[in-house]
Amino acid sequence: MSGDHQTLTLLLFSAVIAVTLGITSWASRRRHGSPEEFYAGGRLFSPMENGFAIAGDYMSAASFLGISGLIALFGYDGMLYAVGFLVAWLVVLFLVAELVRNCGRFTLADVVTARMRERPVRIASGISSVTVSVLYLVAQMVGAGSLVALLLGGESGQARSWTVIGVGALMVVYVSCGGMRATTWIQIVKAVLLLGGALTLTVLVLMRFGGDLGALLNSAAERSGHGRDFLAPGLRYGGEWTHRLDFISLGLALVLGTAGLPHILSRFYTVPTARAARRSVVWSIGLIGVFYLMTIVLGFGAAALLGSNAVRESDPAGNTAVPLLSLELGGGAHSTGGPVLFAVVAAVAFATILAVVAGITLASSASVAHDLYASFSRRGGRAGGGGLSEVGVARIAAVGVGVAAIGLGLLAQQLNVAFLVGLAFAVAAAANLPVLLYALFWRRFTTRGAVWSVYGGLVPAIALVVLSPVVSGAPGALFPELDFAVFPLENPGVVAIPLGFLAGWLGTVTSREEADDAKHAEAEVRSLTGAGAV
Amino acid sequence: MIFCVCPSLGMRTEDPWYDALASGWGDQDAPPAAPHSADRRGKSGELRDAHAAVYLTVQRSAAFQQVRRRYRRFVLPATAAFLVWYLAYVVTATVAPDLMARPVVGVFNVAMAAGLAQFASTFLLTWAYVRHARLRRDKLALELRWETQDMARVRTAGGGRSAAQASHDAQASAASSAGPAVSRDGGSRNSPRAGARTNAPAARTAWEGTP
Repeated sequence: MSGDHQTLTLLLFSAVIAVTLGITSWASRRRHGSPEEFYAGGRLFSPMENGFAIAGDYMSAASFLGISGLIALFGYDGMLYAVGFLVAWLVVLFLVAELVRNCGRFTLADVVTARMRERPVRIASGISSVTVSVLYLVAQMVGAGSLVALLLGGESGQARSWTVIGVGALMVVYVSCGGMRATTWIQIVKAVLLLGGALTLTVLVLMRFGGDLGALLNSAAERSGHGRDFLAPGLRYGGEWTHRLDFISLGLALVLGTAGLPHILSRFYTVPTARAARRSVVWSIGLIGVFYLMTIVLGFGAAALLGSNAVRESDPAGNTAVPLLSLELGGGAHSTGGPVLFAVVAAVAFATILAVVAGITLASSASVAHDLYASFSRRGGRAGGGGLSEVGVARIAAVGVGVAAIGLGLLAQQLNVAFLVGLAFAVAAAANLPVLLYALFWRRFTTRGAVWSVYGGLVPAIALVVLSPVVSGAPGALFPELDFAVFPLENPGVVAIPLGFLAGWLGTVTSREEADDAKHAEAEVRSLTGAGAV
Repeated sequence: MIFCVCPSLGMRTEDPWYDALASGWGDQDAPPAAPHSADRRGKSGELRDAHAAVYLTVQRSAAFQQVRRRYRRFVLPATAAFLVWYLAYVVTATVAPDLMARPVVGVFNVAMAAGLAQFASTFLLTWAYVRHARLRRDKLALELRWETQDMARVRTAGGGRSAAQASHDAQASAASSAGPAVSRDGGSRNSPRAGARTNAPAARTAWEGTP
């Protein structure tokens, strides 16, 4: 990796930062300081814009680099991820997007509290939303640190630390200055860049094989060192039963978790109507589906053109498969095209990280300010007793979330935190999805049921991870020298998700409180017709 | 709230759903941090009862039941189907990799075919859902929305009236609306009812001229 190539990469990184900051300052000039503006960008985005923004929010560097890397290393098993991440959107489209748009305002708690006693429910779902966001954020920050260090060729700890701090500072600036409007435009720009980059690479890969997918798969199988096994499941999740069950657990968390991710839910409030929310999900399903199909081609392409061993040598987790592939497709390290393409892909990955962390930061600051702060400080009257407006609190909360994420990111940067993404999805599926679905579809659902279902999913999910081999008792664990791992799976989804649903049901049937029929009627009519929607 | 985010990309103003925005949440709910009941409760129980009566009446109306039935009849089986299909795929991939490794055509095996079929079924179900919603639900739901908001407005206008009377009005209104709205689905989708259309005149004019 030559100096010129590093200069070019840094130049493109600076361009990404400049453009995103430009968007932020443009967006903040038009701000009005209302919650509508800060959390929902004024609610006037078009379905297409919001569809791109959703795709930009969802397609993380983990999916661009991580999934194609997994495919390059393990073949078919990497593809299982791509399928799960896409199918999850049907849950969002069918059960969540329109109804949430119709009866919510800014957060998940708004939908649930429409029907019940507000305070305990708002606090519970605020806590679980912040938990999901922080888990996801830390995973992204640590990933960003190691990724940028890898892409810039420096393995030093300092480069990583400064990347974590820099990414954290940028996301705080985007969110607290630009709010939802800046975040949305950054996500749209990133989605276009990412899809453009992936499309270019896919076309180049297919051109190498004359458009013959069979030839691509054949040479991938050949050069992987696994032969035909490479094209069938089992290389990564075969073997022991706990591994297999673990994958089923992860699959369940992926497909049910998406609909409970706070930063995804908050995106539906940026369009004017439920129908616009539906159309934006359709856009995003199209974009995300095409993107994952391209990711699969890139993963097999990396195996075919580079060989699995070369990918593994560069990074044991496979995260550099796509950057290396771009170097190869451009003509190799000593050509002009190779380093240029490499630098472009690195910049796209960087933009991806920035857009995703900004979306999560915004969602968690909304949960802190709109749910937690409002519940703890309010005794009647407008938001915030202490003279601060709710948006002011949200801006400060964004700084707080940013500082916390930077701190945790720095602490965790030497650790293997790949499990955190799966965990964030599992918590979202176990704590957020049950309460959301019950509130939307179950007439008898009560306050106690809501509170129980949130904690009944959240607590087991966290507890099971603490007791799992990712925290102790295994060589790659957080605390390898200790051993209190009694739960054999790395992902708690398969246990915690049913527990969340069960707790919600149990809380409801045991509570003495009668469900309020009038409130249920209002919620149901509003959710299906949009009457009285914001 | 009346400004456009991106004139260049163009809001679709011919879409009737965009009118809906202007029928504010603001006129019936508390300020941002005190959503729903908190404010209303303080003011008058009567008003709240009338408000509840409106929604209860709409919920019981034939038109609403129709919308809900159509929504659930599509969504619940479809959700069950794709979840089962996805779980079957994941479980087979992890439990029976040998089955998945069987070749189909050339280098393509069962696993590849099943994976691509997951993509295809996702796209297909998305298309089917959108089509179903557009043809079978949207119109009815939009009409119900105007009607409900109209009833709610009558309630606020007649502030001092008793809840019972408001409820009576609401019932009458819902009854009158249920008929045509339901029959429309039977095929005659002409003559949009004047009642439903004139509901948000202020809203509509506010939108005219926005790009």
